[in-house]
Amino acid sequence: MTGKVIEEARPRPGVATRPMTARSRYRLVERLIPILMITPSIIAIAVFVYGFIGWTTVVSVSRWQGIVPDLSFAGFRNYAALLTSYRFQSDIRNTIVFTVFFLIGSLSIGLLLAVLLDSKVRGESFFRTVYLFPMALSFVVTGTVWQWLFTPGAPGQPTGLNLLFEQIGLPVFQTWSTVSHVWPGGGWKPEWLRVPFGVPLAMIPVIIAAIWQMSGFTMAMYLAGLRAIPDELREAARVDGASEWQVFRWITFPLLQPVTLSAVIVLGHISLKIFDLIMTQTGGGPGFATDVPGIFMYETTFKSNKYAEGAAVAIVMLLMVSVLIVPYLIWRLRTETER
Amino acid sequence: MTSTGREYSREMTRREMLRRFLALGLALPGGTALLAACAGGPQPTPTTAAPTQPPAGQASPTAPTTGQAEDKLEIFSWWTNPGEADGLKALFDLFSQRRPGVEIINATVAGGAGTNAKAVLVTRMQGGNPPDSFQVHAGQELIGTWVVAGKMEPINDLFEQEGWNKVMPKTLLDQISHEGKFYSVPVNIHRSNMLWYNKRVFEANNLQPPKTVDEFYQVAEKLKSAGVTPLSVGGKDKFEVPHLFESVLLAVFGPEDYPKLFGDPGMWESDARIQEAIDMLDQFLSYANEDRAALSWADAAQRVIDGSAAMTIMGDWAYGYFINKGAQPGQVFGWVPAPGTDGSFLWLSDSFGLPVGAPHRNNAIEWLKVCGSREGQDAFNPKKGSIPARTDADKSKYDEYLRYSIERFAQDKLAPSVVHGAAANEAYMTEYNNALNVFSASRDKDQLKGMLIDAAKELK
Repeated sequence: MTGKVIEEARPRPGVATRPMTARSRYRLVERLIPILMITPSIIAIAVFVYGFIGWTTVVSVSRWQGIVPDLSFAGFRNYAALLTSYRFQSDIRNTIVFTVFFLIGSLSIGLLLAVLLDSKVRGESFFRTVYLFPMALSFVVTGTVWQWLFTPGAPGQPTGLNLLFEQIGLPVFQTWSTVSHVWPGGGWKPEWLRVPFGVPLAMIPVIIAAIWQMSGFTMAMYLAGLRAIPDELREAARVDGASEWQVFRWITFPLLQPVTLSAVIVLGHISLKIFDLIMTQTGGGPGFATDVPGIFMYETTFKSNKYAEGAAVAIVMLLMVSVLIVPYLIWRLRTETER
Repeated sequence: MTSTGREYSREMTRREMLRRFLALGLALPGGTALLAACAGGPQPTPTTAAPTQPPAGQASPTAPTTGQAEDKLEIFSWWTNPGEADGLKALFDLFSQRRPGVEIINATVAGGAGTNAKAVLVTRMQGGNPPDSFQVHAGQELIGTWVVAGKMEPINDLFEQEGWNKVMPKTLLDQISHEGKFYSVPVNIHRSNMLWYNKRVFEANNLQPPKTVDEFYQVAEKLKSAGVTPLSVGGKDKFEVPHLFESVLLAVFGPEDYPKLFGDPGMWESDARIQEAIDMLDQFLSYANEDRAALSWADAAQRVIDGSAAMTIMGDWAYGYFINKGAQPGQVFGWVPAPGTDGSFLWLSDSFGLPVGAPHRNNAIEWLKVCGSREGQDAFNPKKGSIPARTDADKSKYDEYLRYSIERFAQDKLAPSVVHGAAANEAYMTEYNNALNVFSASRDKDQLKGMLIDAAKELK
């Protein structure tokens, strides 16, 4: 910086002073322009993202309950109340269960579909569109439709999927999706937990709906990844005598690793912040067997007017997403600087 | 200065100008928009905008309309379903007769019991953008949420001028007043503790509708052995089981002690009758359908007129639902007070108030006059399927059930509903609802008691 300035300040023979200043001003402007260009977005992000995160943090340690703001410091009382509450403990359990099964389901089905489509089937583009189609729907639509499908129906008159099960002769405990039973065997419940830990049966319909919606998207990502793998690599492996399974296991699968990581990030943050699907499909019920922090935050803040507690839920959600995103960002940053 | 130098400098200036222009063009609009957004608060009204409204809080409610043009009236409610939307329109028509030419903005947000509307309203009020008047349940929902926060204007002048304090029951007036001032105009009364039953199912099994809890158990046993679901209960909208429990609480505690539950939080822990009520609810639910979580109150009511279930305990908006479905009152379905609550009227009331800073205050006051007037209430309520908050209604305009209800309201002991905002604040309501929804799925009585005691901490 300083070197350049000195260089510009030194008068050159044959060139008058005025064009010199114009030139240095031009340099200055040229450096300023990029800064000016990004300033609005920096200010916008500073205010509307980080400013509001800061504000939410302040509210989360306040005593604000009711319409009138009360920002007096309450310590971490709101967080303590959350972590010991029945509802929030079920929310954490449900989020973990939902995320794990949703990720496993979407990734495996997505990969399977992608591999099938990549094996040069006839009408590939047709099937691709069909599989991708659910993603075009809103989660609200998905939630409503799957709610209809899983409605158990009056006793002795099963509807939806229960009707299907009955027709094919499967004995079904008709109301399994509307009780708060936790699998296996009522769940694991140590003294310090208020909810049994395990898989709530009522969560299964929600997980199925979410996988139905997002596995097409995962398939598209994997398909793009598969197309990016040079044929030569696989051909070389085949020439070396590898079976198709070995080619997939040792060539294709490792090369798909970056795709898997991106898919995990995308799907993971969807599942940690899920709201609309569950709101429309189960509303968090029965009991809190399918409740998630997003619904809890909305109802605490805007229905009970407990702003401080709602803000605390929001901060916990932010931390949960950061646990997923931050390592990814660090990894990305590192690989980029290595390049 | 050499010619090349001059040319160079001219060219530079042009390019520089261009870049500057570009940078400004990109940076400025964003920056100014941001500044405007950050500044917040009331912006100075642009000179091109419509004539400004008279500042709120200056004119007295009784003052005649000044020459200032108030050409709009915005009414916020959650009345979107057939009967209630018709009732609202009837009120709008009356208003338009009194103030022709005023454009009415019908700001409704759909969702039963105002679940969605309340959140929208909170955002608007917090953002300094109140509607001219909004629907609010009389009781703690009005007082605890809005009046205590200083967001409502007292309307004592209106009450005296229109004589409403003489024609509305004192129990109701107590629920809309705070420190001796009135804050809203009740337009209707609903009853929560009603049992609706399928007449044909009862006749086929040779049964009489139950009056006491014991009779209810006997009837339920017989229906159960006849293969009919005795009690149809919803749960999807998350207020149905809490609603059932308030009728149970009323049956156990009676109309004198029931309201004390929401004034004395200690009772939830110390009073042995709480356990009795929990056991009773558990027994009620043992006669109910298990797929509650998948049904709304209306789905549950539908099973009663379909005949696959025999009874449901729901507020008298169920009456409007049955009528809309074409079921004949007295032939297909009948009604009695919920078991053990005969002689008590568990009420809730919709009302309209005057928010501080209402943009069209004079029109809002005229609107409140319409809401409180006898003709307004008699136009609204037969359509909505509720009874008027005034005791001097023209009974001939109401049908069979509503005439029965008007009579009961005048004679019975009144008790406020908790699920519908009359008895307790909203923080308590949420915790109470949560406890009962968890119980509906888990049926863990100790857990319910613990959660109800926890919830009582919100009663202040």
